Amino acid sequence: MRSNQRTEEKIVKVFLWFMTGLTVAVLFFIIVYILKNGLSQINWEFLTRNPVDMGKEGGIFSTIFATVVLTFLAVIIATPLGVGTAIYLTEYTWENRITRVIRFGSECLAGIPSIIFGLFGFILFVTKLGFGWSIMSGGLTLAFMVLPTIIRTSEEAIRSVPNCYRTVSFSLGGTKWQTVTRVVLPAALPGIVTGVILSVGRAIGETAAVIFTAGSALRVPQSLFSSARTMSVHFYILAREGISLGKAYGTASVLILAILLINILTYLLMNRFIRKYR
Amino acid sequence: MKGKKARQGSAKPGRKDNLIRLSLLVIAFSAVSVLAMITIFIFEQGLPIIFRHGLGSFLTGTDWYPTEGEFGLWPMIIGSLYVTFGALVIGVPFGLACAVVLTEFSSRHVRNVIKPLIELLAGIPSVVFGFIGVVVLVPFIRENLGGPGLSVLAAAVILGIMILPTIISISVDSLMAVPPAYREGSMALGATRWQTVRMVLFPAARSGIVSSIILGMGRAIGETMAVIMVAGNSIAVPRSILDPVRTLTSNIALEMGYAAGEHKQALFATGVVLFVIIMILNTLANVSSARKRKEKQG
Repeated sequence: MRSNQRTEEKIVKVFLWFMTGLTVAVLFFIIVYILKNGLSQINWEFLTRNPVDMGKEGGIFSTIFATVVLTFLAVIIATPLGVGTAIYLTEYTWENRITRVIRFGSECLAGIPSIIFGLFGFILFVTKLGFGWSIMSGGLTLAFMVLPTIIRTSEEAIRSVPNCYRTVSFSLGGTKWQTVTRVVLPAALPGIVTGVILSVGRAIGETAAVIFTAGSALRVPQSLFSSARTMSVHFYILAREGISLGKAYGTASVLILAILLINILTYLLMNRFIRKYR
Repeated sequence: MKGKKARQGSAKPGRKDNLIRLSLLVIAFSAVSVLAMITIFIFEQGLPIIFRHGLGSFLTGTDWYPTEGEFGLWPMIIGSLYVTFGALVIGVPFGLACAVVLTEFSSRHVRNVIKPLIELLAGIPSVVFGFIGVVVLVPFIRENLGGPGLSVLAAAVILGIMILPTIISISVDSLMAVPPAYREGSMALGATRWQTVRMVLFPAARSGIVSSIILGMGRAIGETMAVIMVAGNSIAVPRSILDPVRTLTSNIALEMGYAAGEHKQALFATGVVLFVIIMILNTLANVSSARKRKEKQG
């Protein structure tokens, strides 16, 4: 009986580790496969020249530029809203019906599929407000999409600031707002930045919501109200319409490298933040 | 509730303080108002056509010829369900296995390596998953199992991988939240680690695990780009897992580019169906994690 249990334990352990190993292997396979086929495509010219002939030739500069501008716009809009929400939830109220409504709204928003955001952005920004397919429409839509991420991470960051920080600030005569802006927020900053970086990652990789709001014009956007094609959208179109497999791998590699960089940054920041308060 | 006294602070609420409180309250409702706006706009665009053609024929009609005024969503609804179910069949065992390994069978050191890797999996764009599906998985299925390759199976496998981070991270959190005394008590009674996991930890973390699965399900139903690339997108109820399939999300994304008039409204109506499914799942997940909170307090 006893030895039976021990064998069972051993078998289960091997089996569970095998499944975990397989999961990690799939991740490595995806990254390595893309980079193996795509890294050779990346050179200075690929990064700095605009696509020629629908992307069959040339580089991806205009799509990199569009991605950066769109992501920046989204984050600039979403961060104040998200951090403001987090400050309200943590510093200015306690658990009651209102906070439950706010939390429920944020959690639901996090679960809404990107295609629904795309439909919404299309009808509100592109059509009703008359922004057309533009960076503005895309940026606003993405901002709403990443809002829950920023709310959640900022709230966690602000909550993990020890209460004694606040007490000391109050005892020195600081008002509530002074305490929040000069003591709590600086202390929570790394955590908040982590959330923002995560949102950047999500915005860079998004396709469905962007293609219906920012459009897919290939030229370098001239203003916030001109249409633009991000890297993800460009990659999708290259791959799906079979325009150029090589350029598709190249674009995907740039995307993957950006995501890797973002994750490493988040990881480092998070570790520093956690170590500080433990 | 415990923070109420400590965080009220010592400063007397002056006029400026009240103004700040009020503006923060307004900002705090941004997420709720976005959710409300999304609901209003999607329903405003989608509902009229549903009423015009009747909810029954819209949901159970099997013909989708949008240019001729035939809007039957049945194949897409079934398609979404098949693909999502397949994703769960693949994603749940792997996800739970990873969660158990991370919390129970590995040292802190190993956990600190594997967990960021799994979070990295969440960061990979869905188009990249779809692309890997097209260049690796689809040919593999076509050559080894037959059929066109673009299939329910391909979509299920890709989605199964994509929902792993959701299932793993929430399950890990809820397994970690089980009080250590439960583990110690079980081990002290002579149970093995696996018995402890199976008979003590899983029941104790049940609501968290259930909500992780529900959220994973929501992610699978809502995923668009990866599914479009690997599922084949033909409008018919698939008869085997090797048949191509079209989901609700692909239906919207594929035709949105050129749809106009009633056709476009029908796509918004597809969005309404999707939205309702997602909201039901969200609410279920919320109820499940609320129960967890209550159990912990009680």
